[in-house]
Amino acid sequence: MDNLDRQIINRLQKNLPICTRPFEQVAQELGTTEDKLISRIQALLDDGTLTRFGPLFNAAELGGELSLCAMSIPEQAFDSVADLVGDFPQVAHNYARNHTLNMWFVLATSYPGELEKTLKAIEIKTGYTVYNFPKKKEFFIGLYLNV
Amino acid sequence: MTMPKDDSSNDKLDQSIVTLTQSGLPLVPQPYHHLAEQLGVDAEYVMARLRAMQQDGRVRRIGAVPNHYRLGYKANGMSVWDVDDAFIQTAGEKVGQLTFVSHCYERPRAPGIWPYNLFAMVHAHTKAEVYTLVEHIQDVLGDWSRQHDVLFSTRILKKTGFRLGDK
Repeated sequence: MDNLDRQIINRLQKNLPICTRPFEQVAQELGTTEDKLISRIQALLDDGTLTRFGPLFNAAELGGELSLCAMSIPEQAFDSVADLVGDFPQVAHNYARNHTLNMWFVLATSYPGELEKTLKAIEIKTGYTVYNFPKKKEFFIGLYLNV
Repeated sequence: MTMPKDDSSNDKLDQSIVTLTQSGLPLVPQPYHHLAEQLGVDAEYVMARLRAMQQDGRVRRIGAVPNHYRLGYKANGMSVWDVDDAFIQTAGEKVGQLTFVSHCYERPRAPGIWPYNLFAMVHAHTKAEVYTLVEHIQDVLGDWSRQHDVLFSTRILKKTGFRLGDK
């Protein structure tokens, strides 16, 4: 990763303009060319430095429902429960964390009622309680990592 | 010229734009024209809809999501706070303004197992740095917070993108 890559990463964590040639505009800001900018973005995506490039959607505003959920799973059952939970396509990510509530996952659903239904289904499938922590208020979202 | 104006065709196009760009924006000199071509509508119309979606919050921004591990941000702590309900709004706003906090939400407590109602995700290079930043949040919250904890992810059990728009 060279200096131009770093500049690109910093700049593109902010908004890409909506205009006919957005990359040309950003390239000018960074003192490079449209071609070079596009191929650098492609390379950063290919090598996994960027996980995504494009519109970032707000699921809740699009009619879907998102929630953070947690479970308390005994160690001996942990891996099998993780597999069962992971099998649900609505589970977007799942992390082991250091707490009595040791499994934390994000549920992303697309039609009304699907979230509640999925929570129940996970409880039935695993035999453990799912604690649901839907957001009551969003104060801030947006990560900016300076490189 | 294909540039309908009524709400239902707008909704339909918005839905198509979401589906088409879920895996990302095409990396070509004129990305919005490229989308318009695939959708069979005017580029101006696609750009207008994206602006509208950004204005009403359906699109947060158009940009890049870096992989924090790859950029050296290897320690990600979920700091959680038991904040007096009377102060949650101000507390959330203050914590949300801190540059090292990526997500800041009020969430419900779960009596008996989970006393925390404010969640603030902290990204740093090391665990020690996370703890220093969490102290900083403690300073900001002062007496408003009765207790707090920091949860680190010890293992990724599943990580996939969100599925949006595939109804």
